[in-house]
Amino acid sequence: MIAELGHAALWLAAALALLQLVGGALALREGEADGIAGLARPAAILQGGLAGFAFFALLYVFAVTDLSVKLVAANSHSLKPLIFKLSGAWGNHEGSMLLWVTVMALAGGLIAAVERRLPEKTMQATLAAQGFVALGFYAFLLLSSNPFERLPEPAMEGLGLNPLLQDIGLALHPPTLYFGYVGLSVAFSFAVGAMLTRSVTPDFARAMRPWVLGAWVFLTLGITAGSYWAYYELGWGGWWFWDPVENASLMPWLAATALLHSVSVLASRDALRVWTIMLGVVAFSMSMLGTFLVRSGVLTSVHAFAVDPERGSFILALLAVYIGGALLLFALRASSISEGERFAVASREGALVFNNVMLSAILAVVLLGTLYPLLTEAFDVRVSVGPPYFNPVSAIFTIPMLLVMAVGPLLRWRGDSFARISKELALIAALVIAGLIFFALFEGGALLPLLGLALAVMLAVASFLPLRGRNLKRLPIAVWGMVVAHFGIAVALFGMASESAFSTERLAALEVGQSATVGPWEVELASVQPVAGPNWTAIEGRMLASYKGGEGQPIAPQSRNFWAPAQQTTESVLLTRWNGQLYAVMGNEANDGRWQLRLWWKPFVTFIWYGGMLVALGGVLAIIGRVQQDLKRRSIRRKGAVRRADMETV
Amino acid sequence: MKAKHQRLVLIALALAALVGAGLLAAYALRNQASYFYLPEQMAANPPEPGQAVRLGGMVEPGSLETLPDGVTVTFAVTGREDSRIPVRFAGILPDLFVEGSGVVAEGRLGADGTFVADNLLAKHDENYVPRELEGMSEHQAAEMAEETTVGLE
Repeated sequence: MIAELGHAALWLAAALALLQLVGGALALREGEADGIAGLARPAAILQGGLAGFAFFALLYVFAVTDLSVKLVAANSHSLKPLIFKLSGAWGNHEGSMLLWVTVMALAGGLIAAVERRLPEKTMQATLAAQGFVALGFYAFLLLSSNPFERLPEPAMEGLGLNPLLQDIGLALHPPTLYFGYVGLSVAFSFAVGAMLTRSVTPDFARAMRPWVLGAWVFLTLGITAGSYWAYYELGWGGWWFWDPVENASLMPWLAATALLHSVSVLASRDALRVWTIMLGVVAFSMSMLGTFLVRSGVLTSVHAFAVDPERGSFILALLAVYIGGALLLFALRASSISEGERFAVASREGALVFNNVMLSAILAVVLLGTLYPLLTEAFDVRVSVGPPYFNPVSAIFTIPMLLVMAVGPLLRWRGDSFARISKELALIAALVIAGLIFFALFEGGALLPLLGLALAVMLAVASFLPLRGRNLKRLPIAVWGMVVAHFGIAVALFGMASESAFSTERLAALEVGQSATVGPWEVELASVQPVAGPNWTAIEGRMLASYKGGEGQPIAPQSRNFWAPAQQTTESVLLTRWNGQLYAVMGNEANDGRWQLRLWWKPFVTFIWYGGMLVALGGVLAIIGRVQQDLKRRSIRRKGAVRRADMETV
Repeated sequence: MKAKHQRLVLIALALAALVGAGLLAAYALRNQASYFYLPEQMAANPPEPGQAVRLGGMVEPGSLETLPDGVTVTFAVTGREDSRIPVRFAGILPDLFVEGSGVVAEGRLGADGTFVADNLLAKHDENYVPRELEGMSEHQAAEMAEETTVGLE
């Protein structure tokens, strides 16, 4: 029953999306804000509610393990812990598409409910665009990926969930990432709405900014969480593999990062109008491209659930309609969006434009590297593109970007001179050179990690330079947001460079009682025990790890055997200190009774994820600051209007 | 500078950077994409020693050996036409790595003709097969399986 209600709610929500589209189109044509067009807002809010209900219905059938629902039977198991039953609802193709559509509908409902700053006509056009995009994905869900399909006969038992996904990571990583991915649809719809009604103004940018920031914060958190999850779950000791699916999340992040900076320029200086619109379109296009890559089955990875060519062509068609349509609209309207304000090269805008271009160049590099294997496969040549391509080629654009990132916030808007900030420039240059020399003495090896370390130290200092000579108590919260986010980038960069420069690895085969050293650690294999969990059994290695001869801390990596579905996984163990992590993986038993053990000491590796969290925190501060400013601005306007009205009555 | 000029200059610079990125990417991709080899291709036309490539085929039954250090393994990857490439790998074998099944080894061909693998990709679960082995399951794996089972009988 609940499944049928969820299914019906989805059809109703799709109908409301159609109403939104028609209403918005009428508003554009007739120029009326009432009648059907006036229904766009309520329709969007109701649509969000219905999609939310459908999603809860799916959670419910998973929670009670209703085995007459095909999706539950294929992906769940009555013996799974409840948290994994619930998160298993989106650990499959249909469920994850439902999550996608739900987030899209909720975002649409939210802007309809709270966004009052824009002209009503632009707002209706925006909701029409949001409805139009949602409609395509409702069609995809209902026609080719119905999550509520029933089985003719209920199954006796579910097939279970991939054990790699039976982890708290699945509960956190996909929803966060989807809020980011699909949250960018709002930026896309705003851009389309503004193009349709030709109102690309600073007010429009101020309305769009919190939504872009919000989506970007979720995207940042989602990528950070996903990276950490891959790091500890896969047991390979790496945190980023340039896997196509990882790239699919990085590309919208790069575009969104560029967008949130250019939208700031538009909001404060009324420049970069066309560029901002373009980025609004590109950012969500990258989200949809990512969805296509992951959900169509053109790629094989732990992220791709089922290979079904029909679904692939469906998403490809949606992609062509939405991206193609938006780009066509852009081509038609770009020339009619009038020129914004001018600025000098040496100015805040100049630096932001430079970094926007660098981010776009990195995006192009990642995009080409991700699609290249797909292209060559069409000619039956199989290649794989990995770190030897991505690392140096993206670094060529990342290094100048990091340098300008340190300088840009010191420059004034509109026009400035480098002479004015010559002291700061000298400090930045000195820090880079000192950092290079200092770390070269330690490491002296590969160039990229060395540059990374030096640039990270420089940026960590430089990110606080904009605070110099300012009253910290009266500093707007949004400026704190920028400082924290830029500092977060420096912290993450330091972690990445340190991991790649200073990691040590040790492979050893140990008898019980023997020990191995890695970096400052000594690890002793105390015993090997069989253990059992709710749906698995495992061999557990009990070890004592001591740091620089200190007291031994117990660690117990496992090699697990799941039985539904039957699969072996390695459960690595991480021992975290402030200055790094010990990473231990238990391997197989060698022929002579020794046990294989793989150990890493990764100095400062945790900084990667602390940095990611700081970046997201910066985004949150920026949202708070901007919303606060906006409320203040509106209350001043309101008071002014009231006073004028009073004057008139007098 | 007039407004229109500034806009043009900006567009030109942005385009130049993007085209530059594209060209650079294309150049690097031609040089750095690691190519996939079947054992017979590697035997007939070996890659440069030190170049990152992938080797995919069947793990020859009976060839898996662990060296005295307990962590380095050697085995042979076979394809059709009696081609056989010895592989050396130091590390923990992937969970589903077994003799007689498919594997993709990432690494470099050494000067002595042994392929030194940095990483092994085996079938991960029923849904995850390394991309390169996928096409093989149709035309080649069947043949390969036949040949390998002939040896077993």
